[in-house]
Amino acid sequence: MTGFLFRRLLNYIVLCLLATFLAFSLASLTFHPLDQLKQRNPPPPAATIQAKAHELRLDQPIPLRFAHWMGGAVRGDFGETINGTPITAELGRRVGVSLRLFLIGTVLGIGLGVLVGVVSAIRQYRFSDYFATLLAFVVLSTPVFLLGTLLKFGALQLNTAAGTTLLNFTGESTPNFTGSFGAAVLDRLQHLVLPTLTIALGQIALYSRYQRSAMLDVLGSDFLRTAQAKGLTRRRALFKHGLRTALIPMATLFAFGFGLLITGGAFTEQLFSWYGMGNWLVTGITTQDTNITATVTLFVAVCVLVSGWLSDLLYAVLDPRVRL
Amino acid sequence: MSGATPDRLAGGTLRASGPPAGAPVLEVADLEVSFPSESGRVHAVRGLSYTVSPGEVLGIVGESGSGKSVSSLAVMGLLPEQARVSGSIRFRGRELIGLADAELARIRGRRVAMIFQDPLSALTPVYSVGDQIAEAVLVHGDGRVSRRDAANRAVELLDLVGIPNAAARAKAFPHEFSGGMRQRVVIAMAIANDPDLIIADEPTTALDVTVQAQVLEVLGTAREVTGAGIVIITHDMGVVAGFADRVMVMYAGRAVETGPVDEIYRRPRMPYTLGLLGSIPRLDAAGRQRLVPIEGQPPSLVDLPPGCPFAPRCPMVVDACRAEEPPLAEVSAGHRAACIRSHEITDDDPAAVFGVPPLAEPEATVRPRQDRDAVLELDNLVKHYPVTKGTVVRRRVGTVHAVDGISLDIVEGETLGLVGESGCGKTTTLMEILGLTPPMGGRIAVLGRDVATLDRRTRKAVRRDLQVVFQDPMASLDPRLPIADVLAEPMRVHGVDRERIAARIPELLRLVGLRPEHASRYPGEFSGGQRQRISIARALALEPKLLVLDEPVSALDVSIQAGVINLLHDLRAKLGLAYLFVAHDLSVVRHIADRVAVMYLGKIVEIGAVDAVFGNPLHPYTQALLSAIPIPDPARERQRERIVLTGDLPSPADPPSGCRFRTRCFLFRSLPEEQRARCVEQEPARDPHGPDHRVACHWARPRDVI
Repeated sequence: MTGFLFRRLLNYIVLCLLATFLAFSLASLTFHPLDQLKQRNPPPPAATIQAKAHELRLDQPIPLRFAHWMGGAVRGDFGETINGTPITAELGRRVGVSLRLFLIGTVLGIGLGVLVGVVSAIRQYRFSDYFATLLAFVVLSTPVFLLGTLLKFGALQLNTAAGTTLLNFTGESTPNFTGSFGAAVLDRLQHLVLPTLTIALGQIALYSRYQRSAMLDVLGSDFLRTAQAKGLTRRRALFKHGLRTALIPMATLFAFGFGLLITGGAFTEQLFSWYGMGNWLVTGITTQDTNITATVTLFVAVCVLVSGWLSDLLYAVLDPRVRL
Repeated sequence: MSGATPDRLAGGTLRASGPPAGAPVLEVADLEVSFPSESGRVHAVRGLSYTVSPGEVLGIVGESGSGKSVSSLAVMGLLPEQARVSGSIRFRGRELIGLADAELARIRGRRVAMIFQDPLSALTPVYSVGDQIAEAVLVHGDGRVSRRDAANRAVELLDLVGIPNAAARAKAFPHEFSGGMRQRVVIAMAIANDPDLIIADEPTTALDVTVQAQVLEVLGTAREVTGAGIVIITHDMGVVAGFADRVMVMYAGRAVETGPVDEIYRRPRMPYTLGLLGSIPRLDAAGRQRLVPIEGQPPSLVDLPPGCPFAPRCPMVVDACRAEEPPLAEVSAGHRAACIRSHEITDDDPAAVFGVPPLAEPEATVRPRQDRDAVLELDNLVKHYPVTKGTVVRRRVGTVHAVDGISLDIVEGETLGLVGESGCGKTTTLMEILGLTPPMGGRIAVLGRDVATLDRRTRKAVRRDLQVVFQDPMASLDPRLPIADVLAEPMRVHGVDRERIAARIPELLRLVGLRPEHASRYPGEFSGGQRQRISIARALALEPKLLVLDEPVSALDVSIQAGVINLLHDLRAKLGLAYLFVAHDLSVVRHIADRVAVMYLGKIVEIGAVDAVFGNPLHPYTQALLSAIPIPDPARERQRERIVLTGDLPSPADPPSGCRFRTRCFLFRSLPEEQRARCVEQEPARDPHGPDHRVACHWARPRDVI
């Protein structure tokens, strides 16, 4: 098993390199970082443009540029932005911001999604099942930016009704906040609620649908009857034997759900003015910055593949039949 | 049953001496169960009453849908929520109907335990079997039993139900056990808390005959150890003959006959019981007899017409039967039957009562065997599968010897039965024949043509003459195709013109005993037996010469199976077909086959004419297979000394040296050391023991097994 997971990990490293290389090449081919310089009025001398091009290594073939960038990245240096600030300086903070959002969103999404799905399945065709189904489809068919905007609007109403700012929807903390540690945590929480909800709602809706059908498959199974025949109450049999088995097909889904989440994350960060990785990608593209784009791509690739690897691990933990 | 000798396991020794007296463990009175359905309320159980005494074995017998499982689930309180239950179920004097789930849970598994039909799905796949058995102990331990004690008890129980190396196996997961082993685990779970009552719902139906014998022995042990009353549910009256003290026959949600086991088998007083007895293919019958199928299907339990529910299928029906449903009336001491003509049934020959015509023999069989052309020849057929390892670079780490050099032939109009346990290579052999591609080793010739010489066109032409019927009638028909299309498909593929197809469909349906009007219906509207008839009709569409039947009746109820076997018989006589009939049940083969080949672990161990092999079985494996088949005669069954094979089939990836059967062979174990050596070192050849009888055993000797 350990050997299997180790080989998987090696595969993933190759995949990460490949994904980043493709993104780097695509960005290098489509971006024109010198345009901004050329369009200045009066136009800068050709020598200046050439110096900039040399600085950005535009005079080298793309694979060579990538090798140079990757060589730095391995040592923790992701190059400079087009404006000359080192990427590495900003990277840590932005990764922290994004991961906080994604991880809390995923954990909430999985936890609540599984719960909603299980309750729906057990109470199939009752009001709660129909209601959860309806709500899930409404959320699934609402684009993230609309959902975020609606939540913002709701929070505004709430704040007005309460007469104080209960929920913040700009940035990840109040700038220049001063106060005790407890107050600082509270301030961050107030900022966190809305964006996390924006991300988690979609995840809850998605997982609840899958969990519902996985659970329904298990509900009619013989082993559930055996568990009850042993003397377990229905509820205990459902959770100990039923849910445990119904979680197996979900393990694969968690990994790919995380990939989807990152896409939604970019919109969410933008909407709530969080300076995370998603927001950075948008900045990178608008400023025609290859290095930022490649860095964000590498981050996303690592995230997706780490979650894929964790899902392999989870599958093996959940299902003894695949343990090698 | 590791280490147990055949003597210890003889049927008689496990029986308590007669039903013990004392207050009943279970009293069921006027039980009614109904479910809502789209067409109305289904009255699955209608006024059922019975009692079970401590240590007594009650057999409940009936076809699928007769309400036997539903009534038992009602006792356990495991019916779905929408079921409506009324009447009374008293366990040791305590009323169970209306108890809350938490209350029932305290009784389930501790006082009343249940064993289910399908051992493959009865265990939770994600917990080790030891944990699952320990859970049964812990859940009723109320915190007084430590985890470690429960785990030790689980190992003890596994050992008791005959799982070798129990301590290590307790840590294994259900998927690492065979079907029979899993059923043992379920039994271990059931007896974990020393219950007063064990309900076994078709505990052996999903298992091979040899494993069935093992599981029944374990159930016997369970009864000895716990002294519990047992309710055993089955559709096969053969299974309970030697095991039950009393029998209750159910039909359409009611008991139609009940009494002591010997009485019911010797003097059945309800035509339905008579039919069930007549439908069992018997090993002990001399020569071939026609089976008694119970034609028709059990009635719909939504709107029962007045009168006896069995009337539409009954050979003895008179007008009075349709007026009123007969009560369960006493016909002699302790024997009750629900039939107004029960006093008239004095002839105990089911065939006479049901009026079945005698068997027809095909014309071809009139000519001697050597004068007929061979339709199938296998010569030293070999099929090995590689066992590979590694993801990037696959390397071969072993070989599964699925079929390891088998030779046989079938001539025109002849039926060869190929028998053996699951995993012996029967299906692989079939697939090799049906593939019509050059085999890995040896030679296959269909209708005199070596398949290695076929090209695309000739291969298709041979396919016309070689058709197949599969085991599972539910899965082998496309649920979205009406029957007419199912039957037309093979003809369309072979370019039969439209008019011919249209004319052929009603012809085919009539041939297999269905009505031409059925052509527009979908497979879902038919019962299992009818679907198998449709599969047979599809196979016959192209007028083949050889029909390959892969366990064609093992998924059917015994009463339905009889009808299909009779049909196959008639078709053979009418159309001059040759059959390759694959089955694990020797009694079925005895009824249909002319010759029989017994397969073990990829090799044929005994082959010959049916009378030779069944009349004088010489290979220990054949003897064991025959001895495992129950005979529907309680007195004889109790006296039979059953050979119970120990353990499961060895892995075909690592077959034993010399004789492959020696690891499970009772004869091998009884041999002196110097004779054993030959079994270990030398593979036995198939030596002739008669005109048409070959046996691959160094020490072949006769033994009385029936």
